[in-house]
Amino acid sequence: MTMHGMRGLSVFISDVRNCQNKDQERLRIDKELGNVRNRFKNEKGLTPYEKKKYVWKMLYIYMLGYDVDFGHMKAVSLISAPKYPEKQVGYIVTSCLLNENHDFLRLAINTVRNDIIGRNETFQCLALTMVGNIGGREFAESLAPDVQKLLLSSSCRPLVRKKAALCLLRLYRKNPDIVNVDGWADRMAQLLDERDLGVLTSSMSLLVALVSNNHEAYWSCLPKCVKILERLARNQDVPQEYTYYGIPSPWLQVKTMRVLQYFPTIEDPYTRRTLFEVLQRILMGTDVVKNVNKNNASHAVLFEALALVMHLDAEKEMMSQCVALLGKFIAVREPNIRYLGLENMTRMLMVTDVQEIIKRHQAQIITSLKDPDVSIRRRALDLLYGMCDVTNAKDIVEELLQYLSSADFTMREELSLKAAILAEKFAPDLSWYVDVILQLIDKAGDFISDDIWFRVVQFVTNNDDLQTYAAAKVKEYLDKPAVHETMVKVSAYILGEYSHLLARRPGCSPKEIFSLLHEKLPTVSTTTIPILLSAYAKILMHIHPPDQELQSQIWAIFNKYESCIDAEIQQRAVEYLALCQRGAPLMDILAEMPKFPERKSSLIKRAEYSEADTAEQSAIKLRSQQQTSNALVVTDQHPANGATSPISVGELSLVKVPSMITSENDTSTDLSQQNGALSNVDTQPPSADLLSDILGPLAIEGPPGATVQSEHNAISGLEGGSDAVDGSAIVPVEEQTNTVQPIGNVAERFHALCLKDSGVLYEDPYIQIGIKAEWRGHHGRLVLFLGNKNTAPVVSVQAIILTPAHLKMELSLVPDTIPPRAQVQCPLEVVNLRPSRDVAVLDFSYKFGTNMVNVKLRLPAVLNKFLQPIQVTAEEFFSQWRSLSGPPLKLQEVVRGVKPMPLPEMANLLNSFRIMICPGLDPNPNNLVASTTFYSESMRAILCLVRIETDPADRTQLRMTLASGDPTLTFELKEFIKEQLISIPTAPREAAPAPAAAQPTPQIPPNDPAAILAGLLS
Amino acid sequence: MIRFILLQNRQGKTRLAKYYVPLEDSEKHKVEYEFRTHKVIYRRYAGLFFSLCVDITDNELAYLESIHLFVEILDHFFSNVCELDLVFNFHKVYLILDEFILAGELQETSKKAIIERMGELEKLD
Repeated sequence: MTMHGMRGLSVFISDVRNCQNKDQERLRIDKELGNVRNRFKNEKGLTPYEKKKYVWKMLYIYMLGYDVDFGHMKAVSLISAPKYPEKQVGYIVTSCLLNENHDFLRLAINTVRNDIIGRNETFQCLALTMVGNIGGREFAESLAPDVQKLLLSSSCRPLVRKKAALCLLRLYRKNPDIVNVDGWADRMAQLLDERDLGVLTSSMSLLVALVSNNHEAYWSCLPKCVKILERLARNQDVPQEYTYYGIPSPWLQVKTMRVLQYFPTIEDPYTRRTLFEVLQRILMGTDVVKNVNKNNASHAVLFEALALVMHLDAEKEMMSQCVALLGKFIAVREPNIRYLGLENMTRMLMVTDVQEIIKRHQAQIITSLKDPDVSIRRRALDLLYGMCDVTNAKDIVEELLQYLSSADFTMREELSLKAAILAEKFAPDLSWYVDVILQLIDKAGDFISDDIWFRVVQFVTNNDDLQTYAAAKVKEYLDKPAVHETMVKVSAYILGEYSHLLARRPGCSPKEIFSLLHEKLPTVSTTTIPILLSAYAKILMHIHPPDQELQSQIWAIFNKYESCIDAEIQQRAVEYLALCQRGAPLMDILAEMPKFPERKSSLIKRAEYSEADTAEQSAIKLRSQQQTSNALVVTDQHPANGATSPISVGELSLVKVPSMITSENDTSTDLSQQNGALSNVDTQPPSADLLSDILGPLAIEGPPGATVQSEHNAISGLEGGSDAVDGSAIVPVEEQTNTVQPIGNVAERFHALCLKDSGVLYEDPYIQIGIKAEWRGHHGRLVLFLGNKNTAPVVSVQAIILTPAHLKMELSLVPDTIPPRAQVQCPLEVVNLRPSRDVAVLDFSYKFGTNMVNVKLRLPAVLNKFLQPIQVTAEEFFSQWRSLSGPPLKLQEVVRGVKPMPLPEMANLLNSFRIMICPGLDPNPNNLVASTTFYSESMRAILCLVRIETDPADRTQLRMTLASGDPTLTFELKEFIKEQLISIPTAPREAAPAPAAAQPTPQIPPNDPAAILAGLLS
Repeated sequence: MIRFILLQNRQGKTRLAKYYVPLEDSEKHKVEYEFRTHKVIYRRYAGLFFSLCVDITDNELAYLESIHLFVEILDHFFSNVCELDLVFNFHKVYLILDEFILAGELQETSKKAIIERMGELEKLD
């Protein structure tokens, strides 16, 4: 072949290659750069050939890692050269040296446009290539229509059109608005009829990006994609040059299946059947062959087909075929395929119920945990973690423990966290759990976070049977020669509390325990010393009769630390010494720690956090993951675009979890507060509150004031009479009809919960319903805490969720009986399908004594819970605002009867609903501009923009404008905000009724679905 | 999508580097060693490593084979390609790459189409 010689360039490259060392190379390069600089000083004297040569040289120098900033301008200016050779160098070198953020690039925008719209095909190609590789937003805005024209042009060669397709993809990623959805979808569908596979491949990449953002517009492309796939898979009419090792373009097959994964389902039965036939053919027809390229290519297609099958949730039969295939893969030698087999099995676990089938491969998976390749080991760990349950926990955890000692350091933390979580979640008995955690601390102390040892202490404290065992066990570890500091901490805590239970055993006298602990003191850090001091104090307290010698020894230690520079240590030393010397108070204060309130393990919370993340990926399968990638640039603009990058469990440890020491706001504390505040119960007649009206009458009969009064009497009576019943057990004297009065205002509780994520939803004398919620995108996880406040059981408990059409809700089993003074937790999963202000209702009933109680409670799974605040820049805001030009996407309304409030208060209100105020966007200080993203399963994340114009002269009216990419969302959100502005439910009510004119419409319109729903049920 | 493609020899000398995402030069040099939030798919041919950095959800095997396809194209173009060909004709390699990948996506998977196109371009030069 002919090589156009550029002798100067070749000589220079040879020179550089011949340099003996880096210094020589630098000298040679500096010399050359000096030369180039000089030559360019007198640019007019340079021939086009020379310019070209120097610019290539600069690229070469740049590749070697040297700075050639001064050459940017030279490269860019070559773009406007009239002849191809220079222009080509200009374009290519510019796209290597510069990126979209360089200002120089703007200088070229006109030339580039002229090349694109000009007649010269070669120039078109050069321009499209550069824009496709480094074009930024400005290019998108000025060139998109021209690029679209080229893509659709019938007179252009495929060569130009495929470049135009990908160039358009780049521009779309920079600014999604450039593709006008209405007209474009049909054009896109037409493009799929393309016969040239080069153009088709490029167009398919474009389509992946388009459907990843909005599949709705592209339904018409779906059957065509299936057709393309069918044509390829059956190898019909595929030119030889587009087969790769006999496989019809594997890349196009993969891309096409990617597109299909963005559609939630395939409804047309014919298309569906065709697709499944093709998938079946791929699944069954792929064999492991000798040729590595053919193998890879066919398995690329196969794994994509697997992903598509998982996505479409095919019939069980197809799924088990998939698992069988994966089982085969994880046993093959080829590491790439084994890796992918493990990864896909993990993914499959999350999609369907195939755990039992996967368990059959447990031994094989454990083998992969010892694979030389770290990536494979990681996948095996993920899979083992995912497939663990009560039946195999012991095996798997012990396998992990064994592996821990040989695992590389990078994996130990993740490994120990996972082992700890599995041990806690699936422990067949608690002593095993203690064993596992102590082993973990022993083997990988450096990698054990505080949460892990806090949790084991919590378990031991709460389980009397475990205390002696744990104390004996930690003592064994302390006897070992080298003990990790975390082990010292946990041992000191446990021995301080429980070593007295061992006192009769040999080697376990208080004195011996003390000296065992104390010999560790010189080796530990200041965070551990306070724990040791507490342990000493506790040991001292447990000695009967007092041991004078030990006492003086320990007092001496306290004495010594009284002047410690560390405040925590000093304080403890001073206090313990003072307490010890007082005698009696010591007993009280240092008594055994009370049981910890049973609450969810922070470890498991951590795990669920990660599971929620991964589950989201699985629930919407690859779509969500893909969105991250395809919406690359969109994410640049809107960081909260739903594109949470998948978090591997390895990063979990970075998540700060509240430790169990900090007391959380949990329902048990609420319970007592509520009881204490009984006399403050809202005694207003329910009719005064329009909102509580909706649900109020269902539960409230008769004047509440009287009932509350009588209850109050009942308490005082009981308190006076009996010691057995404490303040929290309220037993009303009159156990009569089914009139049970709620404590507190049900509506206000609901409204408070609309703004926060935990609190009390409902309370009456017998029962308290607390709620705790976590929201993530369009998913919500609520936990209902059903607490029986009495010393007798609550029976016939029933909880039914009345789900509005826009939500999917699943309540776990609610037990029929709640034991005395017990609390049951019932998780409730929520998925938001589309925007709506309808409210879900909990129909809750129970029987206590002769009282049959039934209440209907609105659940705070409301619209604003699916919002995520997002800060947008002025530029983004206004470009969106302009592009959403009018109804139904943009709606405006003048709202009257607004509760007058100062602007900052209104801003706070919006912020509290997760609608984020963007200060400074609106020049008028009386206006508010805000933005948020709405998450739903059908639409993913949608940006919503709000503008509120207030009238400083009349605060009871304002004009509100709402805009989003979805008409229903715009309407619902507008109504939602309106409701909030008209009534401020959390504000304390004034005695005087609001002026009649202030409320032209009821706060809840009569056609409000919640009202209708509640009405139907009453 | 492909975020960048790198061609390095065993000594770590870069023979070709092309970025489809905007990165600063300092980031580029760092990137050549570590790039954690994405996956790097690489393949070694004699002393040369071809690496593609792709999204975490991308189909690994498909990209692995696209490296091979690229190598086959180079091999065809240079008839029995070796590292020196790529060093002295790095500018040609960029041209070929631009016909193969655009905007971080595969543009053309037909070896024949790319070789023919290169022929056309040679004539223009």
